Amino acid sequence: MADIWVYAEVKDKKLRHVTFEMVSAARALADAAGHDVVAILGETGVEDMQELAAYGADSIVVLADAVDPYETQAAAALLADLAFEHKPAIAMFSHSSFGMDVAPCMAQALGAVYVPEVVAVEAQRSAVVREAYSGKVLETVSVAEGSAPAIVTVRPKAIEAVAVREGASAPEISWAPAGSQAVRQIVKDVARKVSGRVDLTEADRVVAGGRGVGGAEGFKVIEELADVLGAAVGASRPVVDEGWLDIQYQIGQTGKAIAPELYIACGISGSIQHMAGAAASKCIVAINRDPEAEIFKVADYGIVADLFEAVPLLTEELKAALEA
Amino acid sequence: MKIVVCMKQSIDSEAVLAFDDAGNVAKEGQTLVIDPYSEFAVEKAVQLKESVGAEVVALCIGAADAVSAIRHALAMGADSAVFVEDAVLADGDPAAKAAALAEELRGMGADLIMGGCKSSDTAHAQVMPRIAGILGIPHVNTVVELDVEEGVAHAVREVDDGKVSIDVELPAVICAQQGLAEPRYPTVRDIMQSKRKPIETRPAAAVEASAAMQVLETNPKPKRAGGKIVEGETVSEAVANAVRMLKDEAKAF
Amino acid sequence: MKYEINEEESMILKMVDDICTDVVSQRAAEIDEQDEFPEDIYRLFVEQGLFSLAYGEQYGGCEVGMHCWVRMIERISKESPAVALMVLISAIGSDALVFSGTEEQKSTILPKLASGEAKICFALTEPRAGSDISSIATVAKPVEGGWKVNGAKIFITNGEVSDYFTVFAKVEQDGEMLPTCFVVPRDTPGLVIGRKEHKIGLRGSVTSQLFFEDMVVTPDMLVGEIGQGFEIAHHTLNRGRLAVAALSTGVTAACVEAAATYAQERAQFQRAISDFQAVKFMLADMEISLEASRLLLDQAADAYMDQSPDMMKTASAAKVFCSEHAVAAARDAVQIFGGYGLCKDYPVERYYRDARAFTIIEGTSQVQKTLVAKAVLKEYAKQKA
Repeated sequence: MADIWVYAEVKDKKLRHVTFEMVSAARALADAAGHDVVAILGETGVEDMQELAAYGADSIVVLADAVDPYETQAAAALLADLAFEHKPAIAMFSHSSFGMDVAPCMAQALGAVYVPEVVAVEAQRSAVVREAYSGKVLETVSVAEGSAPAIVTVRPKAIEAVAVREGASAPEISWAPAGSQAVRQIVKDVARKVSGRVDLTEADRVVAGGRGVGGAEGFKVIEELADVLGAAVGASRPVVDEGWLDIQYQIGQTGKAIAPELYIACGISGSIQHMAGAAASKCIVAINRDPEAEIFKVADYGIVADLFEAVPLLTEELKAALEA
Repeated sequence: MKIVVCMKQSIDSEAVLAFDDAGNVAKEGQTLVIDPYSEFAVEKAVQLKESVGAEVVALCIGAADAVSAIRHALAMGADSAVFVEDAVLADGDPAAKAAALAEELRGMGADLIMGGCKSSDTAHAQVMPRIAGILGIPHVNTVVELDVEEGVAHAVREVDDGKVSIDVELPAVICAQQGLAEPRYPTVRDIMQSKRKPIETRPAAAVEASAAMQVLETNPKPKRAGGKIVEGETVSEAVANAVRMLKDEAKAF
Repeated sequence: MKYEINEEESMILKMVDDICTDVVSQRAAEIDEQDEFPEDIYRLFVEQGLFSLAYGEQYGGCEVGMHCWVRMIERISKESPAVALMVLISAIGSDALVFSGTEEQKSTILPKLASGEAKICFALTEPRAGSDISSIATVAKPVEGGWKVNGAKIFITNGEVSDYFTVFAKVEQDGEMLPTCFVVPRDTPGLVIGRKEHKIGLRGSVTSQLFFEDMVVTPDMLVGEIGQGFEIAHHTLNRGRLAVAALSTGVTAACVEAAATYAQERAQFQRAISDFQAVKFMLADMEISLEASRLLLDQAADAYMDQSPDMMKTASAAKVFCSEHAVAAARDAVQIFGGYGLCKDYPVERYYRDARAFTIIEGTSQVQKTLVAKAVLKEYAKQKA
């Protein structure tokens, strides 16, 4: 019997939803292989950490010396040391900017495989599923126990979080690992963009604008619609290339993968690269002036109209519908 | 300064994929291009060459037809190329590829090693950080800005909630994210000159990689059904209809 | 095809494909709408070196084979024939210099054209003389230090924006009127640029009238010899015909792509209209036209590269076939789109308007057929004798 580690994503001392999704995925794999699920928290004082037990965590490890989420090289070294000592079967991270850098470094240090951006698990085969080729291919990769742990990252919102042990609690353990390796990355500055909105990758509703928005000021109508829906705001690549919005808003192959209940794409043509990040949305509404736009082929509901006419109308209609 | 850019050729992301009998993605008949993330790295390397002066070498592991992607990098402004011709390694496991690239890099004396933070086709997203690990040198991932001065690379890394400025001493590995540099279109003159630039072809060195990803199966992802256009005499009517459908049919709220 | 496209040429065509996909496609409808010279696209093409492809290295060019050149024209035309016309007119305008200019003329003017520093146009057509060079009424009378030119030209592509003008006029000499070619700089006194034509298609390619009011041209502006105008014009016309054949083929390709895509999306009677035989036949005809057009173009390009005696016949055959089939393809594309084919929301109405010019410019289909007939009659007359 070995452990499956789930490295918790924390924001402002609260667990991010992807952590519960990962614990659910880990629980399924653990049940099939006879492993335990160990949640690992990189910082103390996380208020809701006992909730992890409800989703299937057998124990909760808190690292005494906080891991700085921007010091990825130090974090990878520390976690690799711990993994070397404790020999988990699998170590799971969110496919966040932290996870996507720590995971491959840790894998190299341990001589392990790294499976990036997993979207599903196949517990019976001890396997995970990932997307490749701009979301056109699903690859099933084994994470069966081997000489080294399998390192994976999990795409947020891809796997359902299920509370299988409602009301359960898990023992809390504290580890105090010693930092051993020399620090080679020197973090000079962190420029955090604080947004009042929900995070794009975790949002249940997303409203995004594309080239059709025409400029930074054009995003006003997009934001008004997002406000009504309590949605995150996103963008397609041309918006970022033109400098109207920052790259962190970008949805698509080079940007973020989203999977909301409702995705409203305004003035977005719907290239393959964009859809690689948006295709997991449950319901897609597209508004585009060009009836030939690719997005209409994948949208559940398409509206052929100028977005500056249709979006304010949609804002009004949805406001009325939500208030009703 | 010597910059080595690790680059790969990949299947154009616009391509409609075909599968061979074993269920793997078939490369035959596909449009093969320089990977867009490699292209960001090549562009930034050439920009550094133009601004602070550098020798830029493209390093590629690929099948024989990868020469066209290498020529593209040369036309963009790389000075020369090292081509490790190995079709198996090229499409193989990322850890093995990282080991082979690291082996080549040992003898090249690079101050800066650049490459994509992932590739647009296989998207393994690990070769460059693994190279840093093997060579025991620092790296910065998903880099969107880069300056180099006096043996130090000042990189800006894109993170979920903003940007982080990171300094690393050279030699270092830089993994390019979109936004690092907008690739140029090579001009007619660049293309003509690229023909005279040297490409050194070598076999892959025998190296051992620790663990290989065990792929159980590959399947095409089912396409999204969609394509319903909400009709209406006016835009206002179409919008009202759409909201009604969202509520009643899709139960979106 | 006798001549292969080499590696550099493939790379150039790939680059052209990229800028067409990324940039020209985004501007094509706007350029048609605004009907103004697309300065931004011109600048981009200059930076990329597309104008250098028609000139040798000694003039700062990077000359490619005719096959590569026509494929470039075809690819650009697939997005916008008006933009493609901007590129090809430069080569057509300067062919007179390339073939018959003095070394001094060439080394002064060609590098400027290759680098995009200057533009040139081809001024042959007149109100009463198109393909019939012998009828031109522009006259150059010998005066002290040169000739005084009077007359008018019409439908001159890029006339409004050019820095050099390749002008054909008849020189009065020893009681004879001898067709002669001159290259005239824009600032020559007496050169007046008239109004811009408002055309059904090829909008964004600026077409102007030119007037010569006692325009004095000097011997350094003379291209070739007095009386050589006929020969020079004919040489240029061969490239011109290939170029228009390539323009046409580009539009045919655009029609096939638009129609075949749309036919599979558009449903009628609960099925995609591509299921109907009537639509399938139209698509098949368009595709056959496209493939045949490309083969004829390659054959004509072979003849051009070889300077074969068949050059004129093959160029005329390609020009008439490609252009007539582009018109037919555009007509069918509009038909497949139905009512939407008439609307500006879709590009096929533009293809339809653009294609219409191709059977007219650079010699009408009727003129081309006359030339083909002349060649075929000559061949069999020889056999009989």
